[in-house]
Amino acid sequence: MKLSKLAMATAVAAMVGTTPALADLVFPSLSYRTGPYAAGGIPFADGYADYFTLLNERDGGINGVQARVLECETGYNTQKGVECYEATKGEGSLIYQPLSTGITYQIIPKATADGIPVHSMGYGRTSAANGKVFSHVFNYPGTYWDAASIIVNHILDENNGDIKGKKLALVYHNSAYGKEPIRTLEDLSEKHGYDLTLIPVDHPGQEQKSQWLQIRRERPDYVLMWGWGVMNQVAIKEAANIRFPMENFIGVWWSGSENDVVPAGEGANGYKAVTFHGVGSKYPIFDEIQKHVVDTGKAAGAGDQIGSVLYNRGLYAAMLAAEAARTAQALHNTKELTPDQMRDGMEALKIDAARMEELGLAGFGPEIAVSCENHGGPGLGAIQQWNAGEGEWTLISDFGPADREIIDPLIIEDSMAFAAENNIPERCN
Amino acid sequence: MLYRETGDFKTTYAADQQTFPIKSERYLFWTAMAFAFLVVPFFINDYWEKSVLVPLLVWAMAALGLNILTGYCGQVSLGTGGFMAVGAYACYKLMTAFPELNIFFVVILSGGVTAFVGLLFGLPSLRIKGFYLAVATLAAQFFLVWIFNKVPWFYNYSASGQITAPERTIVGIAVTGPNAPPWATYLFCLAIVFLFAWIARNLTRGNLGRSWMAIRDMDIAAEIIGVQPMMAKLSAFAVSSFYVGVAGALYFSVWLGAAEPTEAFGIDKSFLVLFMVIIGGLGSILGSFLGAAFLTLMPVLLKNVMVGGLGWPTDLAAHIEIMLVGGLIVFFLIVEPHGLAQLWRLAKEKLRLWPFPY
Repeated sequence: MKLSKLAMATAVAAMVGTTPALADLVFPSLSYRTGPYAAGGIPFADGYADYFTLLNERDGGINGVQARVLECETGYNTQKGVECYEATKGEGSLIYQPLSTGITYQIIPKATADGIPVHSMGYGRTSAANGKVFSHVFNYPGTYWDAASIIVNHILDENNGDIKGKKLALVYHNSAYGKEPIRTLEDLSEKHGYDLTLIPVDHPGQEQKSQWLQIRRERPDYVLMWGWGVMNQVAIKEAANIRFPMENFIGVWWSGSENDVVPAGEGANGYKAVTFHGVGSKYPIFDEIQKHVVDTGKAAGAGDQIGSVLYNRGLYAAMLAAEAARTAQALHNTKELTPDQMRDGMEALKIDAARMEELGLAGFGPEIAVSCENHGGPGLGAIQQWNAGEGEWTLISDFGPADREIIDPLIIEDSMAFAAENNIPERCN
Repeated sequence: MLYRETGDFKTTYAADQQTFPIKSERYLFWTAMAFAFLVVPFFINDYWEKSVLVPLLVWAMAALGLNILTGYCGQVSLGTGGFMAVGAYACYKLMTAFPELNIFFVVILSGGVTAFVGLLFGLPSLRIKGFYLAVATLAAQFFLVWIFNKVPWFYNYSASGQITAPERTIVGIAVTGPNAPPWATYLFCLAIVFLFAWIARNLTRGNLGRSWMAIRDMDIAAEIIGVQPMMAKLSAFAVSSFYVGVAGALYFSVWLGAAEPTEAFGIDKSFLVLFMVIIGGLGSILGSFLGAAFLTLMPVLLKNVMVGGLGWPTDLAAHIEIMLVGGLIVFFLIVEPHGLAQLWRLAKEKLRLWPFPY
């Protein structure tokens, strides 16, 4: 009792001590620089922070209003994520990027009730792409189901459109995240006639001997992977060990960073992953970052992640948030935003190729157009491949579409079930 | 001073046997309860609810459960996380299968289901004890989490395997779901924890509790004086699992609102509750609360001070927090191996004798 009272008193004092500076655009960053997934969390958080630092340093903020990044450490842990959400939402937070499927599921209902938009970019609840049901949740530019379909499209391309009787195996993290693509892949297997083997790997995935033994025995033609963190590098090492042809091993976008392939050395050469944004640091914006952020000593973290896959993703996430904020400012004719206005801005977001070029990111990602009905964006993705000799990823395809014929009904079905469970009326009518 | 006994005479056995025999302590307790029930709800916001008070209550409930088993009956268990999962999934299945059923009864029934499962996993305790039993309950932990991941029936065949708590109300006020006001969820948890802490306290003072303690202290001697080991051990497992199951149900439905078996009910939760019990004090009801408070509030407090107050980088703060909490656990166990409850007991003793100790 004594201790808890002391704790409360000090916590109150600590919270009072940090009254927010008003007239900022607040972008909370639920990062994880510690814990089992830190290797993936650090570059993302650095990229996210650096982009806003760039805007503040170079342009004096977004249309003259400074952006403030509120970083809160989740350790990829759901409870800490909830704590972070509650701790930061009172500071005028405009948009949450929970960076974890678990945390996303957790805060979707709460954020909707609080009227704060959630952008789960390429993760989270896929059926949130249906804006008619999920008013405050966005997952543009693509969803897991898009990713699964784009991978299958790539395999189709390689086999001249006929994969009847081929064997595909899905190695997945045994959690909500890893299970996401199963239904899509099953439906696609009905359509294209391939066999699908499901191979779950339990968290955290350091031990996969038996799974790869199964793959060696069944000899699938292609292995797909839905992994994250240490699971990826173990899988790629194991695949290299059993001499699985790496160009037939394709990961989702969370299984395709330097962290995953470097530990396997030469063996990882040829490994592929789907992606929704460009790779490498050969875009003009990186010169700006070098000039305004790195050289002035304002880079986030250790400043050693610039140009890595997940750094670019953090940067991309920040760019999309900043563009949505601009859209909201124009839409509501105000400079300081409320979360509600931010939501409108996200729903009206349009980024074309010309705008990407202005931002110094020409060709970095597909054109994006969000609408009231479609929160999932264009659903385009490209395939990237790892070149172990050069130590870099290269895009080997254009940003191509997913099989909407399969995915759209799935999204409708799942989101309608959610709407029925929670008595949510349809919007956008 | 605070703990004067002078003039506090007992004239009946009942008065002599009460939970708080010292008048000033009784007043302190009731003042604290009045504060918790009547004052806190008016000042509670989302942050205090979701990050401080409801977690505290949920973990206190789980710690109470484990304390009954490990602290009072001496059966070491590492299956707490698994039993919490049983409570949560039972709660989810009951909530979705019987939408009309009041959430209070859902929570109680979830406890009942967990008590049954706990009873099953308690059966080996009749033959094995100590480390061997710890390993058997560890198996329960892994088995239960595995089965909730494996069998789609448990998560109603949803695509992701995640369970989400629908909105349920008590007299028209939501206590689960996103629209539940903070004071309602807090009061709901507080009422349940208060009720069951009361029951636990009295169970441990009665016949059943004495038989648990006899088994804990020396099972052979207990058997000779007429305690049935089977009854004592299985009842401890059942009662303990009931508490842990209720904690799991509250954890999932009221606090988090959604859960995924591997992450929410992992082995680390079992350890967390075990640490709470050990730090708070084995075989003490107050200890369960103190241990839960220590391990849930300490990290939040440290985080707020280091990141919110001092403006340190979040990763540095997180690492220091891990080290500090770990160091404090070791420190407490060295300074007071009987836990925080014993510290409190000693403090009371000192206060009662002050200023003239013998």
